[in-house]
Amino acid sequence: MKILVAIKRVVDHNVRIRVRPDGTGVETSGVRMSMNPFCKHAVEAAMQLSEAGHGDEIVIVSIGPKASNDVILTALAMGAHRGILIETDAELETLAIAKLLAKVVAEENPDIVLLGKQAVDDDSNHVGQMLAALTDRPQATFASEIKVVGQGIEVTREVDSGRETIAIPLPAIVTADLRLNTPRNAALPMVMKARSKPLAVRPVAEFGVDLTPRLTIEKVSPPAERAAGKSVASATELAAYIATEVSQMEAL
Amino acid sequence: MSVLVVADHDLGALSPATARVIHAVSELGPIDLLVIGQDIDAVAAEAARVAGVTRVLVAKGASSSDADASLIAALAEPYHYIVQSAGSVGKDRMPRVAAKLDLMPVTDVVKVLGPTRFERPIYAGNAVQTVSDGQARHVLTIRASAFRAAAGGNDAPIEVIENSAASAARLIAAHRTESDTPDLATAQIVVGGGVALGSAENFQLIEQLAKKLGAAIGATRAAVDAGYAPNDWQVGQTGKIIAPDLYIAIGISGALQHLAGIQGAKKIVAINADPEAPLVKLADLALIGDLFEIIPQLLVELDKAGLKRD
Ligand SMILES: Cc1cc2nc3c(=O)[nH]c(=O)nc-3n(C[C@H](O)[C@H](O)[C@H](O)COP(=O)(O)OP(=O)(O)OC[C@H]3O[C@@H](n4cnc5c(N)ncnc54)[C@H](O)[C@@H]3O)c2cc1C
Ligand SMILES: Nc1ncnc2c1ncn2[C@@H]1O[C@H](COP(=O)(O)O)[C@@H](O)[C@H]1O
Repeated sequence: MKILVAIKRVVDHNVRIRVRPDGTGVETSGVRMSMNPFCKHAVEAAMQLSEAGHGDEIVIVSIGPKASNDVILTALAMGAHRGILIETDAELETLAIAKLLAKVVAEENPDIVLLGKQAVDDDSNHVGQMLAALTDRPQATFASEIKVVGQGIEVTREVDSGRETIAIPLPAIVTADLRLNTPRNAALPMVMKARSKPLAVRPVAEFGVDLTPRLTIEKVSPPAERAAGKSVASATELAAYIATEVSQMEAL
Repeated sequence: MSVLVVADHDLGALSPATARVIHAVSELGPIDLLVIGQDIDAVAAEAARVAGVTRVLVAKGASSSDADASLIAALAEPYHYIVQSAGSVGKDRMPRVAAKLDLMPVTDVVKVLGPTRFERPIYAGNAVQTVSDGQARHVLTIRASAFRAAAGGNDAPIEVIENSAASAARLIAAHRTESDTPDLATAQIVVGGGVALGSAENFQLIEQLAKKLGAAIGATRAAVDAGYAPNDWQVGQTGKIIAPDLYIAIGISGALQHLAGIQGAKKIVAINADPEAPLVKLADLALIGDLFEIIPQLLVELDKAGLKRD
């Protein structure tokens, strides 16, 4: 079985981001970048499927600037076999990303495509579902468990009412939630070895996809600030505060 | 300009999110409300009562992302807007619909500024994008918590439509959280507990307080990962987005990803041992101390104050 994992390089999730004062976006220069956390879970899931005898080859693909090589190397160090960087300096919309990934799926014909459920920069939560539409494959989003059963997979999904398990045939698209697994840290020898694994760098133009944005980002602003609060010294005062809030609520 | 809203429903009842979505898009044009699923007669009847709905369309059959997306895409032609709440169903389904129609969706909308201009949060709510969508048609998901609900009292006609879309997916099991607390995403009061509770048993302190206040229960990812609370109680970037009038956060540090879920809360109360915790800094009111001492006292004090909503 062949597994394709799509990963994105994003501002590290521990960084407290800063909105540029001119409203053009979020400051990303000189900021620590790393693999989107959900993508790490997707790579780990591919590794675990492979270790259970279900993945002969794990291919990593990332779309972004040259520096995205870093996150591909991280995935190769975790154990993936080869990488593809689709190089572009443009900030692409999720629809364009999905169209590029659909081209890769057509070339590679993987049995399972794993993605993160969302990228923590744009928080879109689109690409897996869009790729499923474009490749006309079944999808299982927000996965917290993946089991290979016969010719298909059974995926437990995190949904608003709790969890649900669905069965889908292969080939399929799966997006990873955080409780799917605990991503491994690559040991140093694996990091060294990753550098000798194949990594194809391909210009985005090679894919012949129309990348023109459909939306215009007029501006990016910081969220509204909250007024400073106060503290109380006892549960009695707290109860009084809550009682007042509740009675105001009920008066409306 | 006409709007197709896809309804959310669960266990044979219309979800509270739907009336809020209807209200959010009510200025955009006349609204048809689509209900997809099995045993949905009661849902359709409820849907017909929501003010602002012109017509309820009922598509009977098992609901799943691939089949639903095909059905919605097939119905999309006459509509300028195709909309659902940004709950787990809308998140799963609407990007698939959008890609089928070759459209770029605008998701997690928290403000409708005009017919083609929307606000959506990015970076876990630490920045807000103003997006303008020049496409011929618009696929939107709406954060229900950011809008008030449309009124009731309507009596829209109900039409059953043909649904022949087939799914490759088969539902094997639903693992539901049994709870009689209000819907987290639309609750007026939410009591949230963090990993500091220490066990599932201790987490019942949060549940007791929530019960007394008639509140929904929230949890941090750390508390869910530790097995103290079910996953559907998680609040934050990866969990539910809440906007209650009052959020009481107990033993929660206030990590960026948790704060992402509570930015819409009107008043925030924090109970924490650490005066430097980010959530304490952000709260309207904080009480510093040990939650295991404070919650039992608070339960007694609320009784004394005569407060009872359960
Ligand atoms: C990609 C990503 C997505 C995430 N999504 C989410 C999400 O959706 N929601 C979410 O919540 N988290 C999310 N997280 C996790 C988040 O980063 C934090 O780890 C988590 O919110 C911390 O939970 P906590 O506040 O319960 O625990 P901690 O951060 O450990 O805080 C515990 C708090 O309890 C206090 N405390 C301890 N003992 C007591 C006591 N006896 N009495 C009173 N106070 C006490 C401490 O002072 C501390 O402030 C995500 C992380 C990542 C990387
Ligand atoms: N530029 C990219 N390169 C590779 N994969 C991506 C890219 N953008 C998004 N993805 C994948 O799609 C998932 C969801 O992203 P999003 O829809 O942007 O929230 C991510 O977790 C990745 O797996």
